[in-house]
This record gives sequence, structure tokens and C-alpha cells, in this order.
Amino acid sequence: MNAEFTVEEQAFQAEVRVFFENEFPAEYRAKVDGNIRLSKEEIVNWQKILFKKGWAAPSWPVEHGGTGWTQTQRHIFSTEMGLVGAPEPVPFGMKMVAPVIMAYGSEEQKQRFLPDILASNVWWCQGYSEPNSGSDLASLKTSAVRDGDEYVINGSKTWNTYGQYADWIFCLVRTDTTVKKQEGISFLLIDMHSPGITVKPIVLLDGHAEVNEVFFDDVRVPANNLIGEENKGWTYAKVLLTHERTNIAGVPRGKRRIKALKRIAAETSDGFGDSMMEDSAFSKKLAEIEIELKALEYSELRTLAALSVGKAPGPESSILKIVGTELAQRIDEIFVELSAYNSLPFVPEQFEDGFEGEALGPGSSAASALTYFNNRKASIYGGSNEVQRNIICKAVLGL
Amino acid sequence: MNFSYTEEQLMLQGMVQKFVQKDYDFDTRNKIVASDKGYSEDNWQTFAELGWLSVPFTEEDGGFGGSAVDLIVMMEEFGKAILVEPFVPTAVFCGELVSSLGNDSQKADLIEKIMGGSLQLACAHAEQSGRYNPASVSTTAVTEGDSIVLNGEKISVLNGANADKLLVVARESGETTAKDGISVFIVDASTEGVEIQSYTNVDGKNAAKITLTSVKISVDSRLGAAGKALPGLESGIDRATLAVCAEAVGSLEALLKKTVEYSKIRKQFGTPIGTFQALQHRMADMFIECQLARSIVIMAAMSLDSNDSDAEKSKAVSAAKSRIGKAIRKVGQESIQIHGGIGVTNELDISHLFKSVTALDVMFGNSDYHTKRFSSL
Repeated sequence: MNAEFTVEEQAFQAEVRVFFENEFPAEYRAKVDGNIRLSKEEIVNWQKILFKKGWAAPSWPVEHGGTGWTQTQRHIFSTEMGLVGAPEPVPFGMKMVAPVIMAYGSEEQKQRFLPDILASNVWWCQGYSEPNSGSDLASLKTSAVRDGDEYVINGSKTWNTYGQYADWIFCLVRTDTTVKKQEGISFLLIDMHSPGITVKPIVLLDGHAEVNEVFFDDVRVPANNLIGEENKGWTYAKVLLTHERTNIAGVPRGKRRIKALKRIAAETSDGFGDSMMEDSAFSKKLAEIEIELKALEYSELRTLAALSVGKAPGPESSILKIVGTELAQRIDEIFVELSAYNSLPFVPEQFEDGFEGEALGPGSSAASALTYFNNRKASIYGGSNEVQRNIICKAVLGL
Repeated sequence: MNFSYTEEQLMLQGMVQKFVQKDYDFDTRNKIVASDKGYSEDNWQTFAELGWLSVPFTEEDGGFGGSAVDLIVMMEEFGKAILVEPFVPTAVFCGELVSSLGNDSQKADLIEKIMGGSLQLACAHAEQSGRYNPASVSTTAVTEGDSIVLNGEKISVLNGANADKLLVVARESGETTAKDGISVFIVDASTEGVEIQSYTNVDGKNAAKITLTSVKISVDSRLGAAGKALPGLESGIDRATLAVCAEAVGSLEALLKKTVEYSKIRKQFGTPIGTFQALQHRMADMFIECQLARSIVIMAAMSLDSNDSDAEKSKAVSAAKSRIGKAIRKVGQESIQIHGGIGVTNELDISHLFKSVTALDVMFGNSDYHTKRFSSL
């Protein structure tokens, strides 16, 4: 047993590290460190830098433009990316719809969609959840009725992350209402510029609108945008859900944030003549999250090692999702506690590009409450943490 | 990167599992706890014959290799069976002290006897006023010619009543909590002035309070250089701490497994209680705790086997002990709760596993202590 990388892996790590240090633009890095959002153009530009290097989609097979890396190389890549604060490519195209197109799409669909996803020429979003279908996703109602060579779509989707930027949406739609709910669902690709689509922003509790509602009003979609067979969409979607999700645990981001906490704590007065680093209650909390992150990191490495020797992915991703999101939320809380009064001003604009007002408190103190608010979503999305616990009960404990 | 056990480790694991299944069921274990010595000498001889007592020692010292991963493989299986034989005090803790502090002749003499199963040892380090701090030593060691005279009181000496020899931590110079001035002495348990009050801990293991009144020993019984024993003592405590962490991982796995099984057969309101989501999610959380506990113990074992600095190794062990302490509370308490009334009786192994992990949480420093130590390193 050992957690060390081979000489080749270490060389790869060094190469990747140098690339991120040099190629992730310094102004983007400054924004990420200051909790300022990257614009659509900046995100796309960063993904195009990765594409130019041939590193846009490490998890894809080589024939479609993937890297052919091992599990460990992919882990190293994703870790190094997280450590400099570079955003992971937006997952909806690369990691969500692309694997489904590869597995179940026609040759024509592969040719039509995959190259533009790889090159970040089109922005995809996800059309799964509906206002009345959250954790019980299979109860979805948005309908697709066949009319000649087209489907006619009516209904609405919600929680579309970055729907405002999207060119395309992949949707689960109901094509049969007479059978068991899972058996009447189809997987359909829809052009977001089609007549009859309306995107309405949803402002979240941090004052920002990163998610949207998407309304479909008699939207006509060519039937050749259907993936695979009609009414088999649930099966395809489930494959997508179990598809490998790298960095689900968020270990590198956690490490970066703990470093930031220590830096800010050293600059923050405890009110009694010392810094917050000297506060025993605070330093105990800090130690606890550092220890939890270690336990999480080694759980992730164990999972990775098992995958590397060909074991099928089990419920490990549920553990990593639960523990990773709960730890991230714990770190959010500690940021708020550390920021004290500086966490209170509600100035969402200060995290947008071009804000010229005064920053309050050391580091990114004023971002702390908004980040805390926003990130409550983490234990809800991607299958709520309760759904993940159900999966563990069923798959591991046999309950 | 490789997280698989080697062939040898799998064999070792299989051997321990086989022994435990055949010779260490719950009733047998309880009879051993109730016996005079509180452990089975026959089992101890078996351990020696099977080579288990050599596992903690390096090949240089004549042992099996001294790998920390080998150690956690064994300890986990011991933990599942709540084994009470004094493997940790004699072979791991005192073994490491002798190995890291002893001179060649002391090592040759003691290690061979430990591995052969003919010597029981106990380390008398803890004191009432010292809590978990290994540097807090008020027991004194005064040189008088060729002799050394020991005076003081030691608590929670694991295996204290059964030890042939005690490894006594005493101060030759400096203030009570000074890092310098601490030595370890080999003292025959039968030496005049050594008073041993034996008792059984909540986990069924033997321990003792030991009073030293003008105990006169030879100057040759000092283990290592005068006053310089603290680093060796800490490395001994670290290794023993890792061992009890792995023991706890085994016990927690057993608690989880037994609780899930019980929830499938115990019926209330006409249905197995395991069908209630209120209980299911608690068991899912127990499973997560067990996984995190295992991960962090593996992390610490890998660190002890690596070229990490002493401080990094100590930090890794403290991270593990701190996290395991939390897992112990959570999994232990939930196991009792999900069992309901039967969980608080003395009849089931559940309650004994619970008592055992509770003791393991305390041993060599609890969660709070190790969290603080982690911060300070």
C-alpha cells in the first residue's frame, strides 16, 4: 500500500502544474481568489485554451478527442486545476450530454454535436428537473408529441444552470403517459433558439441568477434530435447519473479554501489583542475541517485506486457527494463566523465584474455570507443528500 | 498509488480471521475476560507460534517487517472480535519503545522474548496530573552510585498486572512538563517497592495503578540515553495510537454489520425496523463514518511507513485518532439506539463492542486532545 505517484505520474503532475500556472490567465485567477464571477466569455475562453492544448475532455475516448489518460492522470489533472482555482469545464456538454451521445446517439448525431462540445463552440444546459419533479425526477410532465418529422414540446423545466448562456438543452420529456412513469420518458436535444422557448431567471438567495426556468410553448423539434429509442430516455439518463464524476468531493477546492481561511484569520483581530488564529475555539474548528478533508481525500483516493484496478464504481460516489458537500458547507459557515460584522452587507454587485466600490474587511469577508447562502444548494442538487443516503441503504446495506 | 493489501497481508488477515472464528467467539471471549489473568496464555502462545508477535518488529530486529499497514490489518480483525489479549501493550507499545530506545543487548534480550511469547510487558507512562501529555512526568529517577531510585505513581498501566517487566517513564531532571530530562527504565515487576493494584477496564482489558516507593534498580536498566527518551516515547505512543485506531475501525465495522442485520429481523408495527427511513439514514451515516474512519487510518499507517518527518507522522496519527473518536461516538451510540432496549443489556455483544470502542476513544488521548495536537504540529 502506498499513496505515491510513479515517476511518470510525477512528471505528468509537474507538466500539468506548469501549464496551469502559465496558461490560466492571471486576471481570471485574481477574480476567482476575490470571489468575483467569471463571465461567459472568460469561461469559454478558458475552455478553448484547454481545447487548444488537447486537454478539453480527459474523460472522453481518444477517438472523439479525449486524452487517453489513466484514472490517476485524470485525478492529477483535476487536482492541479482545483489547486490554482481554475474552473472545471462546464459539465453539461462535456460530462453529461456527450457520454450519452457517444453511447446511444447515431453516427450523424455524434458528428453533428461532439466536435462543437469539445471545442466549446456551443454551450449546453440540462433540462431535467421540473417545478413538481425534484428528487422524484421520473414524475416529470413536459410532453413531447410526435407530429410527422417533429416533436411538439409543451411544459417547463427548472433549475437550468446557465440556461441564459445556453445554445442547446438536453431534455427528458414524456412521450407516453399510459405506462409506468419511468417507461414513458425520452431523451431529446433541443435548440435553445427555437421559437416558443422562454428563459426566465430565478434569483437565488445570494441575489444572483445563475439558474433559470425554461418554458416550452408548442416548440417544434426535429425528430432526428431524439437520442436512441423513444421511451428509453430514463435508462440513458440513469447511465449519465452513474457516469464517473471526477472531483465530486472537491478536495483541491477545500484545500485552497482552508489556506484562505488561515490567511484571513491571521489578518483578523480577535478583539482582545490577538489574531483569530490565536482563538482556541476557532483553531479547533479549523483543525477539525482539515482532518475531515484528509479523511475525504483518502476516501477519494481509495475509490480511485479501486477504479484503476478495474473495479466497478459502487456507492462510493454517494459517500463522496455527501461528505464533500457537507464539508464544503461547513467551510462556508466558518468563513461567515470568521467574517463577523463584515459578512452582513448585502452587496451582490461586488462579485460582478467591474464593481468599483470599497471591499469590506480582510480577504473576501463580504463574500462569505453570500457564498454560504448560495452553497446550500450543494446538498440539494445532483440527487439530494437524502437520496444519496437512500442509495447507500439500498446498494450497500441491503435495506 | 496502490491501496490493495499484498498477498502476505491478505494471508495475515485470513489467518487472524480464521483464529477468531474458530477460537474466539463471544462466549469464549467473556470467559477469558472473567478469568484470573484476564487473557489466555494459550492464545498468547498461539500468537507467538503463528508469528503475530513478530509483526511489529523490523527485519533488522528479527521481526516480520514492522510495517504499520501490516499492523492495522491485524488490529482490525482483533477489533471485530473484541480480543483482550495484551498485543498492544506488550508487542506494539513496549516493543516500539525497546526498538527505538534500547541498546543492542537490551534489544536482543527483550525483543526475542516478546516475539517468542515468553515476556509480558507494560509501559507505565500516564500520571494523574499529566492527563494525555507524555511530557508531563512527575515520577522521579535519582542516580545513587550504580543504582537508580524511582518514586512516583502511575495510572492506567495497560497489562500492568500481568507484566513480567515494566517500562517506567520517570524524570531525571527538569520541571514536571519539560521535554528534556525524561527516561524510560526497565523494572522487574517483582522489585521491592513496586505496588500493583490490578483492575479490569470497561473494555474487559487488564490495567493497573502502580505505585513506586524507593524502587532501586541498576543503572543498566535505563532504556536509551539519560533524559532523552521523549521522542522515543512519543513514537511508541504514536504507534500504539495507530493500533487502537485500527482496532476501533474493526469494532465499528462489527457494530454497523450487526446493527444492520438486527434491523432486518426485528419487527415492530408488523414490519422490520430496517424499513423505516428514520433508521435507514442513520445506518447510512454509520456506514459513511466507518468508511471515513478506515480512510484516515490508512492515511496514518501509510505515513508511518513513509519517509515523512517525525512531526508529519505524529500529525497524521493525531488526525486519525481525532477523527476516529468522532466515529466512535456516532457509530457506537447509534448502534445501541437502533437495537433499542436489548442494546443496553449486558447480554449482547453490541454493548461490549460499544464499551470497547468507548475505551479506545480514551486510550492514548481522546478526540479533543488529538485535534489540539494536530493543530500544534
